[in-house]
This record gives sequence, C-alpha cells and structure tokens, in this order.
Amino acid sequence: MTTTPAGPMLEISGLSVYYGNIAAVKGLNLTVNEGEIITLIGSNGAGKSTTLRTVSGLIRPRSGAVTFLGQRIDSLPAHDVVKRGLAQSPEGRRIFPRMTVAENLDLGAFLRNDKAGIAQDQERMLELFPRLRERISQKAGTLSGGEQQMLAVARALMARPRLLLLDEPSMGLAPVLVDVIFATIRRIREQGTTVLLVEQNARAALSVADRAYVLESGTIKLSGNARELRNDPEIAKAYLGG
Amino acid sequence: MAQSPTAAASLPKSRLRLSAYGERVAAYTILAAVFAWLVVNFLDNPQQFLSAAVFGISNGALYALIALGYSLVYGIIELINFAHGDLFMLGTLFSGFIITVVFGSKAMSAMGWVAFLVALVLVILFCASINMSIEFLAYRRLRHAPKLAPLITAVGMSFVLQFVGLKWNGSTQKSQPSVLPQGYIDLGGVRIYTSFLIVLAVTIPILGLMTWIVTKTRMGKAMRATAQDQDAARLMGVNVNRIISFTFGIGGALAGVAGLMYEQTVGTTRYDLGLQLGLIAFTAAVLGGIGSLPGAVLGGVLIGLIQGLNEGVRYGAGQRWTQSVVFSILILFMVFKPTGLMGVSMREKV
Ligand SMILES: Nc1ncnc2c1ncn2[C@@H]1O[C@H](COP(=O)(O)OP(=O)(O)O)[C@@H](O)[C@H]1O
Ligand SMILES: [Mg+2]
Repeated sequence: MTTTPAGPMLEISGLSVYYGNIAAVKGLNLTVNEGEIITLIGSNGAGKSTTLRTVSGLIRPRSGAVTFLGQRIDSLPAHDVVKRGLAQSPEGRRIFPRMTVAENLDLGAFLRNDKAGIAQDQERMLELFPRLRERISQKAGTLSGGEQQMLAVARALMARPRLLLLDEPSMGLAPVLVDVIFATIRRIREQGTTVLLVEQNARAALSVADRAYVLESGTIKLSGNARELRNDPEIAKAYLGG
Repeated sequence: MAQSPTAAASLPKSRLRLSAYGERVAAYTILAAVFAWLVVNFLDNPQQFLSAAVFGISNGALYALIALGYSLVYGIIELINFAHGDLFMLGTLFSGFIITVVFGSKAMSAMGWVAFLVALVLVILFCASINMSIEFLAYRRLRHAPKLAPLITAVGMSFVLQFVGLKWNGSTQKSQPSVLPQGYIDLGGVRIYTSFLIVLAVTIPILGLMTWIVTKTRMGKAMRATAQDQDAARLMGVNVNRIISFTFGIGGALAGVAGLMYEQTVGTTRYDLGLQLGLIAFTAAVLGGIGSLPGAVLGGVLIGLIQGLNEGVRYGAGQRWTQSVVFSILILFMVFKPTGLMGVSMREKV
C-alpha cells in the first residue's frame, strides 16, 4: 500500500448521477492529488453530497468513472471502497447514537485487525479531540452537535484512510467550533492524510484548501487555486456573502 | 411564550393535561388491581400459584426464543416478519422428523439424549438456512421498495410456509414422541416438571450465547451499527447484506431451538401452529419493545407467566380466555406505554 501510482490519487471524470429521472450531478470532473486539501463548494442542493456518496459507493453513477489510486472504484460496494483506503465523514454526522464514543471509534476501524495499531490510533484521535476523551464511555447520541461532529471525523480517521472525504463538517456548529474543526483538518493533512472537503461555508473552506472546485446545479462552474478564488469578486459575491 | 394565552388556546392544553393525569390514574389503578389479583391467588393456594408460575415461565422461555426472531429482524430492517411463526412451526415438524424417522426413538434412553442433541444442531441449521433463504429470495429485493411491499411479502411467505407444513404433516394435529425424561419434581407441593428444567437448561445458555454475539463479537457490533444507521455502517466497511443475512440466520436458529423444545415438551403440532404461537410471540416482542432484545426476552417470559397464571390458579379466567387476556394486555400497553417495556422510541423507528 506504500507504492502510489503516478497521476492523481482520486480522479472523477464525466460523472453523472441521477435520482430517478432527475440529474443531481452532470458530467463532473475533479482530481485530488496526494497530500492536497481540496474543497468542493456550492450552495445547498448543488450536488456536493451526491458526489461524495457516489465516490464512497453508496450510490451508483449513471455514467462516468471514479478512479482511486489508479483503479476504478465506481462499481465497488461501499465496504470495498473503505478497504481501499477511502473513508468518509458523512453529512449530518451519522454517528451511531446508541453506542458509546469508544464503540463508534471502534467501528471506524471495522476492517482493521491490527489491535495495537487501532489502540494507538484511538489514542491519537483522543489527542486530536480531547473532548471525546471525557465522553469516551458516553452514548454518542447524548453528545452535543460539535462533539458528534468531532466523533464523526475521528471515526472516519480510525480507518487510517489515505483519502478522507468530509461532508460539511462545520454544519450547525458555533463559530469557535468551526475554527477548531478547520484547524484539525490542517493537522490531519500534516499527519499524512489527503482531504476532500465539501462545504457550504466557502470562506472557511477556501482558507484551508489548496485548490477548490465550485459546483452549481450538478456541474463544475469554476475551479482553481483556493487563494485566487477567495479573491475572485464573482465568488465573493455569490458564495462569500459580498 | 411571552404573550398571555387566549382562552381558546388554553382550553385544549388543559384538556390534554387532564387526560394525561387521568391516564396515569387509570394505569396505576390497573396495576394495583393486577397486584391485588396476584396476592389473592397466592394466598389462596401458594403451591398451586407457584406451580402455575413455573409452568408459565417455561412456556415463556419458548415465546422469548421466538420473540427474539421478530425483534432481531425488526431491529435491523424494520420489517415485521410474519413468516417467523411459521418457521417455528416447520422447526417443530423437522424436529419430529429427525427424532422419529432418523432415530426411531420412542422412549427415553441414553440414545434419547443423543437424538435430542443431534436434532438440536440440525434444526438450528434447518431453520437458519430457511430464514436466510427467505431474506435472500424475497425481502432483499424489496429493501428499497415502499414498506408495504415487504410487509405483504412476509404475509405471503407465511402462507407459503404453512402450505409446506400442510403438505408435510397433513391438516390434523399430530402427536410427536418425546425422548426426554418425563415427570416432575415435588418441591414442598410445588410441581417442577422435568421439561421445565430442560427448557431452561437449553434456553439460558442459548440466550447467553446470543447476547455475547450481539454485544461482544465483530458481527454483533456490525449488526448493531446496521440497525442504527445502514449507510453509516456501509461507510465503516460493513457488508450490510451479509449482516442482514446473518441476523435472519440467528433469528431462524432461535426459532428452530424453540421448535424442538416445543415438540419435545408439548408434543403436538399442526400446520397452523405458527399462526397462534407466532402471534403470541410477536405480542411478546411488542410488549418488551420491538427491536429490543432484552425486551423480547422479558416480554416472552411475562406473557408465558400471565398465561400460566391465568390457566393455573383458582381465580384465573381459564384457558379459553388466555388469548383475550394476552391481547387485552397488549392493547393496554399500546395505550399507556407504546414503546413497550424496554423499547426505544417507537415514533423514531416506525
Ligand atoms: N435521495 C434523494 N432522492 C431524490 N433527490 C435527491 C436525493 N438526495 C438529493 N437529491 C437531490 O439532488 C440534488 C443534489 O443534492 P445534494 O447532493 O444533497 O446537494 P448538496 O449536498 O450540494 O446540498 C438536490 O436537488 C436534491 O434535492
Ligand atoms: Mg449536502
């Protein structure tokens, strides 16, 4: 698993996804290189979550290809996608509410069987998110929204993924917590995990990302260097609130 | 809530409060009456009371095994598997088949125990594979269909299994031999039937094993994760299809165990046995809080106990009334405590 083929880590090309007859994603192209933080921004209903769900194998595209580490993954079941090293923290956290924090973390490492490594990674998660340590044997459903979000991110990291997909990790969080989450995303990258971040909070996302894609009605409207996009007047008007 | 409420707005509110209060009074009155009934019967004839209770618990253990099958499946895919009682019925037929045809055992002997143990293993495999096949052939295809579709399919499956039972065993009640020791132990006037001890000796370890599987093993963790959030479980790397299949397997195995125990203790069966017992076990699962495994066990034992007392004590209503009593209790529960004894919020699940 240490050899990386040449080319991007994740390549999405010509991806179209439908719900019934309605297209949610239309011919989307996107690449993520190893070590990058990429953000996919766009307003509500643009097709961001659909894209991530398709990459993870939860829904099937109508056409197009998803290539991860040089291999097609678009027809793999979701559990095999995780096995390849691609984990997701889904929109709305989706933690297991009637299990403890520790059990949730444990499930993140479901496909691993290196006990020592799992214990070590759990410790790493509790250092990354000290709040979770205090709540370790509490039922996850009783956590606050911010704590649940941290748990969802930590749980995804427990798979020790090469690429982490984050779907709106700042949703519904107080500004202080948003800062914590985004600082953590930087640390995650420093620790060697590539990140594809979906956000509605474009300002924060552009400040943390290397490159960005702007999605509108299922197609990429703009893409480029995150800093340049942040200073783009059109982006500022449409996504940064003036 | 700063402005003062108008009379019209406050009226329904106070009526609601009154009815909630009335509800509580009614619930406690019923509980007090039940308690008084228990005390009167106990004082009237303690030995008879305890014998009836022991008999009831023994039946209850079987109900618990079947109820678990309903709750396991409901917990994981929110389907009321109407065919489950009929699977239990096939379990009784299969057990009888193994014991009479394969072993030809008529009386209790050392060979009887061997026959019993072999039948136990085989009936577990038999019912587990039928249940897994039903899931694979019928329910899996309907997983994303509107909820009514799998529900109707389950009713259809129930008829299919009953028809198999009818072809296999005929339309009349058949007795089957028991290879286990008969009789009872007299404990100061309280009768404890040997079959009661055997039922407990089989049921308790099996419940223990199941609890261990669900709470401690990797499969069990994946089961609970799938029950709580299927897509999230997928994202953890859980093969949800395999877990659902496994769950049907466990439920089927428990129904098989119940089938053998019923065949060995009650001794008669008919193609429509699953309808009656299945309904009682389903009631037990609802009483305990459907989806909750400890709830299913508690509900099963409780209903067995109610049945035993109703049929076995002096002021009981008698066997003819048992079903009415059981379902009245179910209705009362649905009114006063819709989530069952140990259920998670029903509203959240249905
Ligand atoms: N399960 C679904 N069934 C039908 N339409 C859906 C479903 N999920 C999302 N959509 C539609 O697909 C489009 C894209 O949704 P989504 O990917 O969730 O957008 P975003 O994450 O960017 O807010 C929206 O128009 C949404 O209404
Ligand atoms: Mg979304």
